[in-house]
Amino acid sequence: MIQNPKLWLSAVALALIHLVVIGAGLFAPYDPTEQNRDLSMAPPMRIHFFDSRGRFHFRPFVCPWVAEAERAIPSGYVEDCNKASPLRLLVRRVTMRDGNTLKASWHLFGVDAPAQIFLMGTDDYGRDLFSRLLYGGQTSLGAGLLAAGLSLSLGLLLGCVAGYFGAWADDVIMRGAELFMALPWIYLLFAVRAFLPLHLGTRQAFILLISVIGLTGWARPARIIRGVVLSARQRGYVLAARGFGASSVSIIRRHILPEVSSVALTQAALLVPQYILAEVTFSFLGLGVGEPEPSWGNMLASLQTYSVLEGHWWMFASGIALVPIFLLFYSFADSLQGRLQLLDLSR
Amino acid sequence: MIAGEQYSGGKLEWGDMNYRLRYGLCVLILSSLPSLAPAAPTPQASKTDEDILITVGDTGRRGGRLLASLHSDPKTLNPVTAVDFPSKQVIGLLFADLIHIDAYTQRTEPALAKSWKASASGRHYTLELRHGVRFSDGHPFDADDVVFSFKVYQDEKLHSPQRDLLEVAGKPIQVRKTGPYQVDFDLPQPYAAAERLFDSVRILPRHLLERAYAEGKISQVWATTSDPSQIAGLGPFRLKQCVPGQQIVLERNPFYWKADPSGIRLPYLDEIGFLIVPTEDAEVIRFQAGDVDLISRIGADNYATLEQAQRARDYQLYDAGPGLEYNFLFFNLNDLSSKQLPDIARKQEWFRRVEFRQAVSAAIDRDSIVRLVYRGRATPLWDQVTPGNKLWINAAIPQPARSLARAADLLRTAGFTRRGDGVLVDGRGQPVEFSILTNPSNAQRTKIATIVQDDLAQLGMQVHIVPLEFQAVMARIFGSYDYETSVLGLVGGDADPNPEINVWTSGGATHVWALSETHPVPEWQTEIDRLMQAQTAMLDYPKRKQAYDRVQELVAQFDPVICLVSPHVLVAAKNTVGGFKPAVMGDYLLWNADQLFRTDIAGRR
Repeated sequence: MIQNPKLWLSAVALALIHLVVIGAGLFAPYDPTEQNRDLSMAPPMRIHFFDSRGRFHFRPFVCPWVAEAERAIPSGYVEDCNKASPLRLLVRRVTMRDGNTLKASWHLFGVDAPAQIFLMGTDDYGRDLFSRLLYGGQTSLGAGLLAAGLSLSLGLLLGCVAGYFGAWADDVIMRGAELFMALPWIYLLFAVRAFLPLHLGTRQAFILLISVIGLTGWARPARIIRGVVLSARQRGYVLAARGFGASSVSIIRRHILPEVSSVALTQAALLVPQYILAEVTFSFLGLGVGEPEPSWGNMLASLQTYSVLEGHWWMFASGIALVPIFLLFYSFADSLQGRLQLLDLSR
Repeated sequence: MIAGEQYSGGKLEWGDMNYRLRYGLCVLILSSLPSLAPAAPTPQASKTDEDILITVGDTGRRGGRLLASLHSDPKTLNPVTAVDFPSKQVIGLLFADLIHIDAYTQRTEPALAKSWKASASGRHYTLELRHGVRFSDGHPFDADDVVFSFKVYQDEKLHSPQRDLLEVAGKPIQVRKTGPYQVDFDLPQPYAAAERLFDSVRILPRHLLERAYAEGKISQVWATTSDPSQIAGLGPFRLKQCVPGQQIVLERNPFYWKADPSGIRLPYLDEIGFLIVPTEDAEVIRFQAGDVDLISRIGADNYATLEQAQRARDYQLYDAGPGLEYNFLFFNLNDLSSKQLPDIARKQEWFRRVEFRQAVSAAIDRDSIVRLVYRGRATPLWDQVTPGNKLWINAAIPQPARSLARAADLLRTAGFTRRGDGVLVDGRGQPVEFSILTNPSNAQRTKIATIVQDDLAQLGMQVHIVPLEFQAVMARIFGSYDYETSVLGLVGGDADPNPEINVWTSGGATHVWALSETHPVPEWQTEIDRLMQAQTAMLDYPKRKQAYDRVQELVAQFDPVICLVSPHVLVAAKNTVGGFKPAVMGDYLLWNADQLFRTDIAGRR
């Protein structure tokens, strides 16, 4: 792997991103649904090392936003560095209700309450965009991985059956694949949603998304895998195994699957970003995970209005986050394919 | 005209004395000015045999062109069949009515009828029409046009949207010509503010449409592609050009029957154009680019965007204050006995508890909705009448501040408790969990739902937001009743309580929360039904006001719906637009299109 730094770098970067997203509870300073209604659409806070007198501080600090003018709704915010708060590592936050502790949690960084830190600014309801980005990643990246896993498993199974057994099984599966490839996802989701109960919890909505994306997406990998299986089953060692009386399951498991694993892995690396984008699209349109739970799609939904698009650039955060992730996935797939081709040649 | 004075004095001779005085003076002035009363009958000049209506206020400058925008093409220019907003907006400029509701004062004023009288019984009205008025093609207008117009609107085969308005107690109003310029109207029963019925009933040209009507083709005439010379009305403008998907141009009607105090015949403008701009955002961009001169119905977010750039640009923004629109949260209180919706029926046990609804109302932070959803450009509401409705608002309705403690007390009274994990449960231990139906295309209502969700979570209620496409939302609310709660907005008609009957009485077509009422009907609902019906026949304004005040009290007290906010009417116009006076009802901007002018032209008489 070291011989291929591009593969190594993209794999490590992707692993790190997923690690941070999985550990959102620790890395995010706030609960993603916590509203700060007095700080709606506040821009990202600056991290300062120098105070107003120009003195350097080893411990960085942030200055809270205050409304620019005394108005019902502030048109903008200004920094009030008289109330600067130093940044701290490993901060414990406690949520109280009726004088009792409801929830306590540790966070990698933060500032002492009642001060707040909004690294990426806030949204319409004053929710911390950085925390929402990390928690939203759990939904969007998770949906991409799981849906890719589902569609790839189905594709692998059906592709192997179609390619290995051929005849009527091949016809049925491949015509079915063509049908699924022609299905418009969004309308399918609309239709499925119409049959389901009125409200779905976050978990059910998430499962529904994965199911629709995963179940409709198997056709393309199945066709590719079928092609590989068709070629593999003519190989000498497969014919020999069959001649020795090996069962079909055994042949597929021991001889065919290793053949298609490289293709399957590359397909996975290509499908994941595609499915992340599908989840983002669905949530953007209000068909995925609903408020107040974050997803990168529903976080982008407010950009449908001109005023947000024009004046609140930080609301693009989740859209911008997709770019390096997609590039990493494609770079990973590309390097993987290159490496696997080399392996094939060396066999 | 102050409706209160009129009614309280028991005077049944209606009409605006100020107007008549002004009119008398104007005829005197006009007839003494030879330049304004020439012998030759040209449309541009006033004639002594013409009943010209003299407007009040500032005078403007003649000439010039204004550009406004529409979100889509008008479907038709035929007032008999028009239902969509763009059609109504354009038709409002091409045609005129007998008695008009002034969008600014919200009171009736003479239009094509220069005065009117009601009988002591309140069932007979006699309208005196203006003499010498001509349609935009130069053809004279008289009582035959009025009788013809009402005959067409009341024809049940045509399904005109005005037909329902022209029925009182389910029976049509009878219309009779009693002179060339006099028409009598007989109502089946006394009807409060009957003169408001004449607003928006556009008078049609009999000479152009009689044949089409006789042949049963009247609903097919006057498409937007029709020859402009074949369309004639009594409004300030007439059609010049219509390019579908691009623009509609209206030109000045030289025969219009209004003049300003200095004797200049209105309208001031030579032309008004409408560009077809499909979305509000695109409209704002075109306005900023200087392509259109005025825009109405701006959302609060876009208003804020325009506000930021205002200093550098040559336009003015106007916050006309709360309009007649009220947004509310409502629970499904329909009778579900004939539907297979057991889960919703179970939750209705909560929704029907007055204390439950009151607790929800007490827990909602209306001020946050105003700040976060409307950026301060809205007014919180506790009943259905907005401060924009100057004549009917009940100022005594309490406006309690948000109180979670009061909400919790109310819930305790109703038998709800909180579990150790903070979840609110009913008497049977069932968690209080329900959904709010919204349509994502309306970002503001979705935001309201999100705030309500967070507010109610603080009471331990688990609220889900269900975004569905608008038609699907409507189908559930009006058809299947398969929903738990929803957020909707309604606009209070012409600011009078009468159009609200459909909303507040049992069995009303827009009684959205209980289209199918359960029996027995709650006492407070019975009282609302009785009061709303009774006020329609009260001719005395204070008594009507008292009745409607009580309806507002009942709504605020029993929360059949939880009124939340009334968005402000936000409009913008270039600095070069004069006579600009945004109103909170009707067409916010162009209701006085005949008095709009350009300040950047020299002007001519």
